[in-house]
Amino acid sequence: MIFETIIGLEIHVELKTSSKMFCACSTQFGARPNTNTCPVCMGMPGGLPTLNQEAVRLALRAGRALNCEINRVSRFNRKNYFYPDLPKGYQITQSELPLCENGYLDIELDESEKTETETTLGKDAPSRCIKRIRIARIHLEEDAGKLIHPENQPVTLVDYNRAGIPLIEIVTCPEAISPKAAVEFLKELKSIMEYTEVSDCRMEQGSLRCDVNVSIRKKGDEKLGTKVEIKNLNSFKEIQKALEWEQLRQQKLLRTSLPEQIIPETRRWDDIRGITVPMRAKDGARLGCIAPEPDLPLLDLNDSSMLHFLEESLPELGAQKRNRFVSRYGLSRYEADILTKSKQLADYYEDVVNNGAHPKEAANWILVELLRLWRMSEHREIPVAGQSLAELIMLVDEGEISRNAGKTVLSEMYETGKDPRDIINQKGLAQINSENEIKKIVEAVLDQNKNAAADYKKGSTKAAGYLMGQIMKAGEGRVNPNIAREILEDRLNKL
Amino acid sequence: MIDKGKPRGMTIAELQKGYQDKCFSVKEVIQSCLQHINNLDNPIGAFITVCNETALEAAEKLDEGLGRGEDIGPLGGIPVAVKDNICTRNIRTTCASRMLEHFVPPYDATVIKLLKNAGAIVIGKTNMDEFAMGAASCTSAFKKIRNPWDFSKVPGGSSGGSAAALAAGFVPLALGSDTGGSIRQSASFCGVVGLKPTYGAVSRFGLVAFASSLDQIGPMTRTVEDCALAFSILKGRDPLDATSVEYDGVFDYANALDSGVKGLKIGIPGQCLEQVDEEIAESLLKAGRVYQESGVQVEWFSLPEMDLCPAAYLVISSAEAATGLAKYDGIRYGYCTEAANNPDLDGMIRRNRSEGFGEEVRRRIMLGTYVQREECSSYYQRAVSIRNKIKNAIEQAFKRFDLILTPTSPVLPFEPGDNKGYLYNEARLGRFTVMANLTGIPALSLPGGFSRAGLPIGLQLAGDYFSEDRLLRAAYCLEQRLGLFMQTACVEGDEA
Repeated sequence: MIFETIIGLEIHVELKTSSKMFCACSTQFGARPNTNTCPVCMGMPGGLPTLNQEAVRLALRAGRALNCEINRVSRFNRKNYFYPDLPKGYQITQSELPLCENGYLDIELDESEKTETETTLGKDAPSRCIKRIRIARIHLEEDAGKLIHPENQPVTLVDYNRAGIPLIEIVTCPEAISPKAAVEFLKELKSIMEYTEVSDCRMEQGSLRCDVNVSIRKKGDEKLGTKVEIKNLNSFKEIQKALEWEQLRQQKLLRTSLPEQIIPETRRWDDIRGITVPMRAKDGARLGCIAPEPDLPLLDLNDSSMLHFLEESLPELGAQKRNRFVSRYGLSRYEADILTKSKQLADYYEDVVNNGAHPKEAANWILVELLRLWRMSEHREIPVAGQSLAELIMLVDEGEISRNAGKTVLSEMYETGKDPRDIINQKGLAQINSENEIKKIVEAVLDQNKNAAADYKKGSTKAAGYLMGQIMKAGEGRVNPNIAREILEDRLNKL
Repeated sequence: MIDKGKPRGMTIAELQKGYQDKCFSVKEVIQSCLQHINNLDNPIGAFITVCNETALEAAEKLDEGLGRGEDIGPLGGIPVAVKDNICTRNIRTTCASRMLEHFVPPYDATVIKLLKNAGAIVIGKTNMDEFAMGAASCTSAFKKIRNPWDFSKVPGGSSGGSAAALAAGFVPLALGSDTGGSIRQSASFCGVVGLKPTYGAVSRFGLVAFASSLDQIGPMTRTVEDCALAFSILKGRDPLDATSVEYDGVFDYANALDSGVKGLKIGIPGQCLEQVDEEIAESLLKAGRVYQESGVQVEWFSLPEMDLCPAAYLVISSAEAATGLAKYDGIRYGYCTEAANNPDLDGMIRRNRSEGFGEEVRRRIMLGTYVQREECSSYYQRAVSIRNKIKNAIEQAFKRFDLILTPTSPVLPFEPGDNKGYLYNEARLGRFTVMANLTGIPALSLPGGFSRAGLPIGLQLAGDYFSEDRLLRAAYCLEQRLGLFMQTACVEGDEA
């Protein structure tokens, strides 16, 4: 029996606004508990919500970046359920009339994934194919507070700083894709949210959260299988693992003819044991009833104060930037791919190029040396100014220092933030290019290694390499190797 | 007659004149006001909280200002009674409910800020139906309210405390809230003036919601002139209330009252004579004649949609109340059951709400929750479509008429205990009033006469959106012609 996995994603993205969705409280992460609160977000009697216009703007941007239709008039609703993290007893969200609908995002997949994808839209590169993931809707809503369960204490604490933080929920249509493809989609989505500056997408701070829905059906079946929701997914890696595990669990049950054991439920990903465990059944009572939100008028984009949000132009997205990097800077697809994975890195690269570095060299330095340093460090921002890196690259290109010395200088720059020239001077790393100086070094080395010189005369090529090594060593690595090689060969041939 | 040292029963206009002529200080007025409330309110029950200290402090400050020759504001030194569902900073705001018995808001409602900026002094918080749910002020968790005109009768509801405080002459100005007629019906029962403004004309920020799409705060006074003055202070867009709207111009309501009614067209729905107390019908007919004599064109017309209002109101108000009151879970503030009674989280919330809310509130939450269940959504959908139908009918009516005249209540003030004030009857009692809430138009109740037993009869004028000026002008005309204004109920122990 051949099975097909159907995956739907619900992604909550925290919008990068400075104030909350319906009040003026700050959205600063990490503030002291319950200090970013007011009567409105605490659900005090008489509090009323007022819509944050910046949140609408960012949501629209997200909608357009994800090719959605924009509803000129959308509506807010109350989703009712009782829980201590929900101050008003309902969450303000959008239900039957969301801001954005019917979008899509194309992702590139390896050819090996193609067998699992239903619709291949066309080929980009020979080994890759494109899969279109449909987006059902994007709507605005507010976040809830946070429950804290202190260890060894019989209490639960509530922090309402997060209550009322603006979110968009992006809901994809159920698609026949692999867990890996789902994660590819999420990575691309994250990159777009960062590019459009809609969100920070910091999963570790919860500003990007994802719940997944999985069902399995026999290939060829029209009807979707029973849907299971998985929560508590804190990284892309965990999402893929959870999807793979759940896919296997459901397939096993179907194979053993126990399909009735797949029930509509919410399961929790236990990342320590690496399995999904039942959390609660979808019993309807928990779903909460949806009511109109009479405290907010319709969100009408035709309203003169809103119209300019629609006309705002979109920033360049990752895919566009990737293509531009290939055509304009002559980078390989692979290089462009990595450089444009995050807007931060892409902007940095262009900064380095704009400061005079050769585009290809800049890509090399960033991809090989800088990223290695960055990954090992705790820095959120790259601590080397683009201008400084450009300067270093040019110094290497012009032969002021050797490539190896350049790496040393970059490490130092990364640690101290110093100017490359200062480091070169301080450490005396400048390359020795003077023929006279190099001649002196060559003579000294030949004096000390008469045997090797004799071997060379006898025809040993190894001896030449050995002698070059000795010269570089004597010059503390600063000798220009090309000049040194010429002089050495000339000298040996004259012996 | 303005009697120095006895400002009880004075209007805003009279107090202002008194301050101008230095007949009394603000402190004297406030002291006298507090004294009357503390001595005489016990049988009436109009107040839940009396602000003895803060009111006197505010009075002293204003007197200092007056001494320095400063302008103390358009409502300077005017004592105001505030319905206890409007949040007042550092003053308990209970909604007449056990749920909020000890709730002290750290913020002022926008209307309170506006009143304070205008120089008014909050004298106390008035009793009401719990969470404004009721039409007889019988559902307060703390005490019943008696009608100052006849202690055996109810003062109407849910703004019964505010209306009674005015009728007893305790204050010249009170704030009420109106979801289905709460301001107008209690104004009618107590023989005072009450305005429910156009939806959005007055900020609701700080008003404890009953049903957000119907609620509106409005002024209650003893004269139309006072009502106009107070409304001019309260109106206007508030950035804290997304449903509030700009109210154009700085219309000088109080001064435009005299400009007359000649040429206006007033319509009276024929339904107003059906199932209406005979004495009320008589008052309505008399008012029609008075208007005709004043040069108003009065016509009878048919408005059958009016009869659809109570049912739609019942469903919509309960549905909104059910979600609006969900915040009262007893976790952050409000009534919380004994720890020993907490089996678990859900159990605790259930107990807090069962014990904190009174029977009437619980009934409406259950009804409102029921009509919003998916399998019952047709109730709610039907109510919404009726609401649209009524809106259309009203729009049509205002193409023909400038104003619509009706009784405020179909019945005279009644005795408590016959359940008339509760859910099902509130809707019926609101036959003439709920239309203004469902559509959002402004409507005002003013005294239209007295029954033979001496009970006040109220008449309602309703106008098109944002036509408060015309509404007040027409009301002023009737008030002057009928000569009923400024009557204060004689409260026992009055002269003691």
